[in-house]
Amino acid sequence: MPPSEPLVELNGITKSYAKPVSLFKRQTLRAVDGVSLSVRQGETLGLVGESGCGKSTTGQIAARLLAPSGGKLLYRGEDVTGAGAGALRRALRRRIQYVFQDPFTSLNPRFPIGRLLGEPLKINRLCGRKERQLRVGEMLETIGLDASYAKRYPHELSGGQRQRIGIARALILNPEFVVLDEPVSALDVSVQAQILNLLKKLQREFSLTYLFISHDLNVIHYMSDKVAVMYLGKIVETADVDSLYSRPLHPYTQALMSFVPADDLRAKREKIILKGDLPNPLAIPAGCPFQTRCAHVHERCLSAAPSLKEASPGHSVSCHLYA
Amino acid sequence: MREAAAIATEASLLDIRNLQIRLRRTRGAGLSVLDGVSLTVERGETIGIVGESGCGKSVLSLSILGLLPSAMRIGGGEIWYEGRHPLHTMTDRDIRAFRGKEIAMIFQDPMSSLNHGLTIGYQITETLRLHLGYSRKEARERAVWLLRKVGLPRPESLLREYPHQLSGGMRQRVMIAIAVSCNPGLLIADEPTTALDVTIQAQILDLMRQIREEDGTSILLISHDFGVIADMCDRVLVMYAGQIVESGTVDDLFERPLHPYTAGLLRSIPTPAKKNSPLYSIEGHVPALHERGAGCRFASRCAHATERCRTEQPELVAYRGGHAARCFLAEAEGGNRHAAV
Repeated sequence: MPPSEPLVELNGITKSYAKPVSLFKRQTLRAVDGVSLSVRQGETLGLVGESGCGKSTTGQIAARLLAPSGGKLLYRGEDVTGAGAGALRRALRRRIQYVFQDPFTSLNPRFPIGRLLGEPLKINRLCGRKERQLRVGEMLETIGLDASYAKRYPHELSGGQRQRIGIARALILNPEFVVLDEPVSALDVSVQAQILNLLKKLQREFSLTYLFISHDLNVIHYMSDKVAVMYLGKIVETADVDSLYSRPLHPYTQALMSFVPADDLRAKREKIILKGDLPNPLAIPAGCPFQTRCAHVHERCLSAAPSLKEASPGHSVSCHLYA
Repeated sequence: MREAAAIATEASLLDIRNLQIRLRRTRGAGLSVLDGVSLTVERGETIGIVGESGCGKSVLSLSILGLLPSAMRIGGGEIWYEGRHPLHTMTDRDIRAFRGKEIAMIFQDPMSSLNHGLTIGYQITETLRLHLGYSRKEARERAVWLLRKVGLPRPESLLREYPHQLSGGMRQRVMIAIAVSCNPGLLIADEPTTALDVTIQAQILDLMRQIREEDGTSILLISHDFGVIADMCDRVLVMYAGQIVESGTVDDLFERPLHPYTAGLLRSIPTPAKKNSPLYSIEGHVPALHERGAGCRFASRCAHATERCRTEQPELVAYRGGHAARCFLAEAEGGNRHAAV
């Protein structure tokens, strides 16, 4: 893959919600706080973090399913942050697709698979009924099911088959960029392997660009070229996958990496066990967001928030230890 | 297997023999959910049960405590606690004296196993007052001590709070505090960390290790996560379609899996070294209850299945070091060669 221009670029994206705390008072919840990411054509960017850290919100903004409260979203260098519904539909929806974690809740249980898969083609008025059927059949074969599945309903399928349908529905419009939001988290390990293999195969075949969201460090490693680690709405570290897994810099990433089982599962590793929980996202402390759980916390962390700085080429970290 | 003499002198803490769990009143009445499951848990030991969804691992744990769903019943076999309490024949009333006292359980999702409408304090002291006859004051003091033991901050004020005010990790700690409140001999943990984030998962596993070391509690750990099992357990049982297909020490099982299913599962985990090659995946699906034929239940997905595998059911045979497998191939090799996939 030639080192090309970024396909998708998030520039200082924020997303805040007003959460009512009482009848008259509202509090601002910053789900995403100044996130900048870029994904190059043909690449997979892994986004890892714990529940509530804002990774799904970031994914939805990258797919422009949500409008950011601040910052810019560029697609092929073009600003699409403020694109209206019509423009979005015409220009972006076909090129950007989203695969959800739970294929059962994202597939209409009353539609047969054929109709579920044909719907995007119909809405976008891409082809007539005959051709639609043909393309649905082809797509089913591409994802490893046979054309007879078009007549079945979602409840007749297993979890792995349903996730295949979720992927097929995203790919039937021939998109360029696909956001995969925890696509294998609900699946058993043997089925998970099938889906991961399929996603890699499809990426090669259709030269897709992925934003892969997961909390599973093994899965992120397997799928990604680059990885960004999120904590409380911020990117705390980003690097090439090998660099991040072999030389994690941020204390949070270091703790995460200490939980990645070695290739020999029995090899006992020294685990870094963090104190406490994630702080309440409504009351993020001033200074570094990780200060409440960090073993290396010093005075500066309590007052000034670190910013993402390059520690070595291509490896950036947001921590005062490296400033 | 273990020396017979040792078993005779001191009974295992938990001894399950040839347990059958069947469905009541269905079209195919008598379909087996669990089929001939035997296992023992010794004092202070951690046993892991691993398998994919629907393999029967949760049903097994529920049957120990007499908590089977109403559609299922024990169709045969025995469950002995300390060698003298037959849990399989006990009435619901009798088994209640064990549940929460001798044998405690923690579930995957602490939110659905804690009562939303009652304070944390009530839910901890309830067990203590019921099983140990503590007074209100004694129970309160012990509850504060327990909350501190499981690493929760400000225990006094926590007693007055409700489950929804706590985070997932804190709720799971409360569940563990309730579970260990009566110093149980056996703690059954059914996917205790699956709903939790990785950093919290590490904390909870660490807490369970601490409890095992301090109180000598035996743990039956059910998980689909081989990493967690390898980290925590002494021995492991692999379940597939309602049967134990392999059992052995963590080292034996991970280093020399005998059953092709175990070997396949291990190979399908995306560990870092597998990055640039396709992952191994077990084709096909787990047979449903009514699809389980006369042969080996894994035969339809096994690359090495022979005619015999399709018609005849292999037995769980023990080899060197108590490493056992339910596979004709392992039998033919005398358990000397580990399973290829």
